[in-house]
Amino acid sequence: MRKNNFIGKRLAKMDAPEKINGQAAYINDITVPNMLYGKIKRSEHAHAIIKNIDISQASKLPGVKTILTRETNPAPDFRIGFIQDNPPIKHDKVRQFRDEVAAVAATDPEIAAAACALIKVDYEPLPGVFDPIAAAQEDAPLIHEFDFRGNPIKNNTLPVRWQISDGDLEFYRRKSKYIVSGTYKTGWAHHCCLGTAGIIAEFDYQKNLKVQMPTQIPFLVQNDLNKLLNALGLKNKNTRVISPTIGGAFGNKLDTHCYEYIAVILAFMAGRAVKIMFDREEEFIGMAPRQPTIIKMTQGCDENGLLTFREAEAILDNGAYTSWGATVPSVMYVPMTSLYRVPAVDFKATCVYTNNIFSQAFRGYGNPQATFAIESSMDELALKAGIDPLEMRLLNANRANETTPMGLKISSCGLKECIETVKEKLDWDKPRPQNRGVGLACLTHVGGGARIYKSDGHGMILKMDDFGKVSIMTGAVEIGQGSETSIAQTVAEIIGIMPDDITVIRHDTAICPWDVGTHASRQMFLSCKAAILCASEAKAKILEFAATFMEDEIRKQNRKNENFADDLLPLLHDAANLTIDLRRVFLKDYPERTDYAATIDTILRRGHFQGGKSGEMVITHAFYEPDTEMMHPKTSKGNISETYAFATHGVEVEVDPETGKVDIINFVAAHDIGKAINPMIVEGQIYGGVMQGVGYALMEEMLLDKGKILNPDFLDYKIPTTMDTFPLDIAMIETLDPHGPFGAKGIGEVGIIPVAPAIANAIADAVGIRLRDLPFTCEKVLAAVKNKAE
Amino acid sequence: MIKISFILNGDRVETWVKEHEMLLDVLRSNFNLQGTREGCGMGECGACTVLVNGAGINSCLFPALEIDGKIVETIESLADKGKFHPLQQAFLDHGASQCGFCTPGMIMSAKAFIDDYPTAPETVTEAEIKQALAGNLCRCTGYFQIIAAVKAAMKEQV
Repeated sequence: MRKNNFIGKRLAKMDAPEKINGQAAYINDITVPNMLYGKIKRSEHAHAIIKNIDISQASKLPGVKTILTRETNPAPDFRIGFIQDNPPIKHDKVRQFRDEVAAVAATDPEIAAAACALIKVDYEPLPGVFDPIAAAQEDAPLIHEFDFRGNPIKNNTLPVRWQISDGDLEFYRRKSKYIVSGTYKTGWAHHCCLGTAGIIAEFDYQKNLKVQMPTQIPFLVQNDLNKLLNALGLKNKNTRVISPTIGGAFGNKLDTHCYEYIAVILAFMAGRAVKIMFDREEEFIGMAPRQPTIIKMTQGCDENGLLTFREAEAILDNGAYTSWGATVPSVMYVPMTSLYRVPAVDFKATCVYTNNIFSQAFRGYGNPQATFAIESSMDELALKAGIDPLEMRLLNANRANETTPMGLKISSCGLKECIETVKEKLDWDKPRPQNRGVGLACLTHVGGGARIYKSDGHGMILKMDDFGKVSIMTGAVEIGQGSETSIAQTVAEIIGIMPDDITVIRHDTAICPWDVGTHASRQMFLSCKAAILCASEAKAKILEFAATFMEDEIRKQNRKNENFADDLLPLLHDAANLTIDLRRVFLKDYPERTDYAATIDTILRRGHFQGGKSGEMVITHAFYEPDTEMMHPKTSKGNISETYAFATHGVEVEVDPETGKVDIINFVAAHDIGKAINPMIVEGQIYGGVMQGVGYALMEEMLLDKGKILNPDFLDYKIPTTMDTFPLDIAMIETLDPHGPFGAKGIGEVGIIPVAPAIANAIADAVGIRLRDLPFTCEKVLAAVKNKAE
Repeated sequence: MIKISFILNGDRVETWVKEHEMLLDVLRSNFNLQGTREGCGMGECGACTVLVNGAGINSCLFPALEIDGKIVETIESLADKGKFHPLQQAFLDHGASQCGFCTPGMIMSAKAFIDDYPTAPETVTEAEIKQALAGNLCRCTGYFQIIAAVKAAMKEQV
């Protein structure tokens, strides 16, 4: 077996040249001829009855082409959301501040905005409820009176049951020597994609829809918008989804949103293309953030520090409608049941409607919230048991070839090595000066797809041209994370050509085969699995051509070569004797015989142009469906991923007791990544994830006052800048997973997951305070330090 | 509408602008230079950074009228006949661009810093680079590879 040419190499990302040169076209940069501009009028109340909407003034404004309200809505019964509770244009009530009450399409964005301002809406304010615990009470104001079937709703608790348990909890509770219990809170954190959201919707003359929009889920968008077409009376029509370059995603583009449906409806009403483009404030208000949680966590261990049980209950402020936020408990199951070896686990989650903003997917999808509770609690338990928190984690670390209480089958596990790496690199046992401390936290997460939908598949088509160049049509979405580069490295490696020979065509539902979407750290894993299948079949086909045509070709090439020895010619007729490397086909046992080598394009042309006989071309395809299970509808158990990622983050902090400021002195991120197909890309994901985690831990929080967002801009919602960077040492531990492509695991999300508890634990070590409420702003840290001193 | 004249990426240009128009919109609309991005429109994110007389500015807050008679450089001016500027090459080699939306502004801020660096570029410190890029937000990379790229470009004598 030859050494890898491209796997494991730090190749520049294929999408980078046009990005560093300013040529990449984002939704901001795209227009279509005769396009109108759409603008949404949003609610001015958190909870109110819509009494009357007066569009008479707005419709007189020159340039206004159409106005969408509940009165003009051509699809009045259409709902979106996880339990179909969200009409894109609101009918009877508004239930949150950002609710869409009306929308305008006009010839100019300023006219559209002016028209929105002229629309007069009369409201009858209703009492609101802004706390999920209060909202769950019997006498709380009801957010939704009826479900999508028209059945009356009695209370604000969502009819979705999240529960998983395994082992005899009471038995293990009695067996516990030490037990700790605490309540951990996390708030709303926003994705803050640098590129704001937008869409262009247009219908062709057959009434088929084309949308250009940045999305992580082109094929689910196709499905969602085809439902809208049905509701608009456009039966058997189709949606073509094209995504331009995506200016950041992180889960923010994992669902379809009201504004996208509104753009389509406006385009339908106006008979012209409509573009809706968010500015920064509307991005903050209109795009749902990370799901906030309140988690009560109880854990126990025996006298030696071995975990005995874990019991947790989460309450989720669902906000006024359902998006993916309501489903994050499904991902919390993974750490809740499977981070460390725990004999008995029990986890429940309840989602409650409030008049706050609703939430959606965000990198880690519930895992950062759950891991914050688990790993903070682990340190509290270690403290109580008098055991070093690092040693306690080593004691309880997961191992390969075990099945967890959820039924996750761990095929490879580098958690122990990750913990030991942190111990060494952070010089864990070293005495530290006053107000300095160290903390660590671990994680586990899906790393080989996630069977959340009935299909977790990935479709790919490979075609080779007469010049040995490859086009890959993939369902993968490139959100900057590097999936297309990994695909090209894989295809080049397997066939024996160069990454430069490969063009990756993606983001178009009319051209590319189906993929469920870029989420759950799955894209590289599943795309590369499909790429291996496509490329292996293509290579076999080329070698089949070679077995037929090589002798003739080699004779021709050596016509004038007096030294040519024809002894090996018979070997050429068996494809098994041949291989390809660096664009050349040759006898694999005689690589030094350059007189027996032909370029790949020559062979491909021989296969294609055969005179009287019918020619053939190399076109292959694959649909890779991972060997995984859906979660069982009753028990919630099942092996949802082909492999699982593990990591340990260790951090040294210094806390200023005068100001409450937390400085990160040193950070070690040790990750079991299976195998780095491109170490530079892997590091990029971990660097970026860690920094988002630092933002989540120390500064980021959307502040709401009775449902109204108080800080919808970068001045008041702080994200980390270069000034917040610190020495960050990434250790990549290659466990070569048996299921992973070349042994690789998915690592897109994991960098963010354990950051907040690692920092919480380091703060506790530094100044002896336990913070259970994110983020750890200076104010909170200072108050806790003062409180302790008193 | 008022007519202004300035040097844009090495060429003398003239255009008509509205009184309240910002340089960002003029670059994107009048000159089709879309590499300059709008991330916030309020001078908070730096995605729209261009150089005016060599200094990095937020073009979303810079009145277009004030550009009259000045020299403007955008991301499109960096590559020379298809060859990347060393800063661009360093961004490529260090994986310093993920979604890429902040990248042109980030590179232009780095260029202003490098062009104006008072001593030999290889003496640069990380602290100086961080300070120079503090006004440019990036959500993907965590800045680590960006700082490494700028440092590498300076060590290799841009």
